[in-house]
Amino acid sequence: MPVAVLIAYLPIILVAATAIAVMLGIAWRREHAVTVAASVLGLGLALIAQVFAWRVIPVHTPLLDFDGLALLAGILILASTLVCAILAHGYLESFHGAREEFYVLLLCAAAGGLVLVASRHLASLFIGLELLSMPLYGMLAYAYHEPRSLEAGIKYLILSAAASAFLLFGMALLYAQTGELRIDVLMASLDSHTGIWGLAGVGLMLVGLGFKLSVVPFHLWTPDVYEGGPGPAATFLATASKVAVFALLLRLMLSTPVAQGDWLRAVFTGLALASMLIGNLLALTQSNLKRILGYSSIAHFGYLLIVLVVADGLAAETGGVYLITYVLSTLAAFGVVILISSSVSGEDAAALHHYRGLFWRRPYLTAVLTVAMLSLAGIPATVGFIGKFYLIALGVEAQRWWLVGGIILGSAIGLYYYLRVTITLFMAEPGMHRRDASDDWGSRAGGLVVLAVAGLVILLGVYPAPMIELARALGGITIR
Amino acid sequence: MILVWLIVIPFVGGLLCWQIERLGDKPTRWIALVTMLVELLISLWLWAQYDFHLPALDGSTTQWALEFRVVWIERFGIDFHLAMDGLSLVLIALTSFLGALAVLCSWNEIVRRIGFFHLNLLWILTGVVGVFLAIDLFLFFFFWELMLVPMYFLIALWGHSGSKGKTRIGAAIKFFIYTQASGLLMLVSILGLVFAHHANTGVYSFSYEVLLETTLSPTLSTWLMLGFFIAFAVKLPVVPLHGWLPDAHAQAPTAGSVDLAGILLKTAAYGMMRFALPLFPEASQAFAPIAMGLGLLGIYYGAVLACGQQNVKRFIAYTSIAHMGFVLIGIYSGSLLALQGVIVLMLAHAFSAAGLFVLSGQLYERLHTREMDKMGGLWGRLGSLPGFWLFFIAASLGIPLTANFVGEFMVLFGTFATAPWVVVIASFGLVLAAIYSLILMQRVHYGPPRSDTPLKGLDAREFAMMLSIVVLLIWLGIYPQPLLDTTEAAMGEVQRVFEISGAPERGVDAGPGAAITLMPEAR
Repeated sequence: MPVAVLIAYLPIILVAATAIAVMLGIAWRREHAVTVAASVLGLGLALIAQVFAWRVIPVHTPLLDFDGLALLAGILILASTLVCAILAHGYLESFHGAREEFYVLLLCAAAGGLVLVASRHLASLFIGLELLSMPLYGMLAYAYHEPRSLEAGIKYLILSAAASAFLLFGMALLYAQTGELRIDVLMASLDSHTGIWGLAGVGLMLVGLGFKLSVVPFHLWTPDVYEGGPGPAATFLATASKVAVFALLLRLMLSTPVAQGDWLRAVFTGLALASMLIGNLLALTQSNLKRILGYSSIAHFGYLLIVLVVADGLAAETGGVYLITYVLSTLAAFGVVILISSSVSGEDAAALHHYRGLFWRRPYLTAVLTVAMLSLAGIPATVGFIGKFYLIALGVEAQRWWLVGGIILGSAIGLYYYLRVTITLFMAEPGMHRRDASDDWGSRAGGLVVLAVAGLVILLGVYPAPMIELARALGGITIR
Repeated sequence: MILVWLIVIPFVGGLLCWQIERLGDKPTRWIALVTMLVELLISLWLWAQYDFHLPALDGSTTQWALEFRVVWIERFGIDFHLAMDGLSLVLIALTSFLGALAVLCSWNEIVRRIGFFHLNLLWILTGVVGVFLAIDLFLFFFFWELMLVPMYFLIALWGHSGSKGKTRIGAAIKFFIYTQASGLLMLVSILGLVFAHHANTGVYSFSYEVLLETTLSPTLSTWLMLGFFIAFAVKLPVVPLHGWLPDAHAQAPTAGSVDLAGILLKTAAYGMMRFALPLFPEASQAFAPIAMGLGLLGIYYGAVLACGQQNVKRFIAYTSIAHMGFVLIGIYSGSLLALQGVIVLMLAHAFSAAGLFVLSGQLYERLHTREMDKMGGLWGRLGSLPGFWLFFIAASLGIPLTANFVGEFMVLFGTFATAPWVVVIASFGLVLAAIYSLILMQRVHYGPPRSDTPLKGLDAREFAMMLSIVVLLIWLGIYPQPLLDTTEAAMGEVQRVFEISGAPERGVDAGPGAAITLMPEAR
């Protein structure tokens, strides 16, 4: 095995090794803090290894294909897993029951995500996707004595299994049609031999992946699962899991020859418009922050589908930039929810009235959530604006006026609920102090991480050049 | 570098106010006031120091008196590019003056969360100064959107909830969505322009000077111009897009109304003159009749609806719509005289509307109502306050000796050559202005008094505030020449671009310079 391949595989190996080490460690002795430290160390090393892997790409192996896109998505997955692990530490402190297994699940899911984004073969695609989803069932139902958490886990289990079945069936049809399992060859040979079965195969695969990405009309599970799942699990679902699936779809579309994907582009256009409008509209009446974030993620992936529709020119760069902005803003928003929920066991503090007047008790934490909301809404001086700028630029460049109109309309609708959340934070309401972050939140690891993420949201919003360079250097390589 | 300081000073001042709050109310207010006064002094010093009526003889390079430029986002050729000419200087001076006024008028009105209030107030001004200085389209859009956020907080947190389910939060969200959504249209237009330029030259650039040279097909040019126009029309506001204004004004605190009417509305007129017209001269030329029609509609609509209002602040808001109708007509007339008139009218409206809003704030502090049917007969009970009302109402109906008269006169006179019928119809709007102004005065201050107990008169702070605006209005009404000299080069540039676009009919051609210099003596 050449050294380059080893280096490229190193992040996956490190994450998997950490998972095993943590598992064995738990069997020997339960120490929450040590488990967290080991997981964070492993993830940190993997992140560093991922950065080193930059020097050796592109590396092609029969199952996995390490290129710029895989690397960028991998960095995002590892970084958000790292944040989830640190936040989970504070969150699980007050948890009654076994705490340490959560990190095993988290690490397994991260490994699955890394495999998924690099897969070039239907087999590795499926392995990666399942390795990503299976631990999530456990993570979502982790607080199984809470009915809502259990409900979220089971709901995700059943619907995700159904989606996997669709995906498998689609793969089987495609294999029957083309006799091919390598993704790039498969996509290239689609049009020349596509019969009705080939089309059905692609359609079924889309259903399966669309479910994981929760685009309309496969979105029904999202708000419930976000609401019910424990904070760190929902955070992982919203960030790492979605990034992985989106990166895979982007790879699929980029390897589809431009002339052959017309009907696929039409389908994505429809899905994109439906997601951005319906996602935003449904969020309007919600009064639970986690549900709002769920609907908002539906809308954001609606915007992001434009990248798949265009799949040319600026597309890969835009996808990279927007994923970075989305992950940062979502991590900041969820981070605050987790910090607020950490102090007491039981259901997460996600109802909007828990946040009334937060500013007058915790100004800096409120500033973080405000920044996150404004960033999700795409207001300048936050990183979300750069993402929206890129998307509109992409739409204008490709002259997809319907989609540009959809973004504008969706953003206008979206403003309403983002602003509603924001203003709730500042309204004085005496006697509503039931949920609050612990007093020393700012000096604990979770608090510091959230502050750092919010700082990045502002910093990259004002000076986005490094982020753009990263997305260009890594995301651009896939365009040949 | 001084341009950067103009932006940084209010920004840092806002942060200071937030943190100083723990030391007490007085230091917070003083810091905010001192910040704005420093800003005002800097702009006055710049006015004295630099020569702003350099005519751009060779037509290109030396358009700016001051410039600051560093590379910001290299990928798209975006620069952090600030520049100042006479137009921006005048508007920045106005901004800092009204900023100081806004701090002063909330001295007693705002009693809760003072630090955060002043943070928002000063950050609005940061955004507005940025808008007036930014000359890179991306940077301009950045500040354009940025000033909305603190304004939103100002209305939503310190506003007043009106009657009939009109909440301050509803008004704030309406304001934000209107302006943000139309702003995104402008972003699409900016990007369309940039990509058109990229298609021609293969270079990405957001620079104003570079994009001025872009050649566009007429259709594309029209669409892109509309994107800009709609964004500015919402903010101005032009009638079918004005829905947010009355609510926002009625629900905003006094300082918010002063900023909104005095400064934020002016950013729209500035945007039209700086960007919409020069970037798309042919399309704007073709669009001018429609724009003027919308201006006429605004004049009548605002005037007629103002007559029916019961809430004093809504009343003033509708009169603003009417005044902005004149501004719109002047901008699209394409004559130097009218464009100069627009500047005077903008300042005049900023002062008179701000004065009226401050007065209604002071009235509210004494009567605790804004409804006119609960007022009446206040003339004898309030000391000198009704006298100031009478002055500002007279100013807003455009009586000679006030700046409003000069502005309206110049706009109408300048437009007459290109669009006589528009001027004729608009002049009848002045009659309506007289009617609604007198209605306001009559309902609030004359008639039978509700009670005989005298109310508290003006204290020194309030008196000084009002007096300073009165002095400015009268000064501009009697001797506007320094102002006109300052902005002449910038306006001449706008007019030149507009004229080159090949209009068969020209504006006042030989006379504009002469007419302007003669103006004060003529009266």
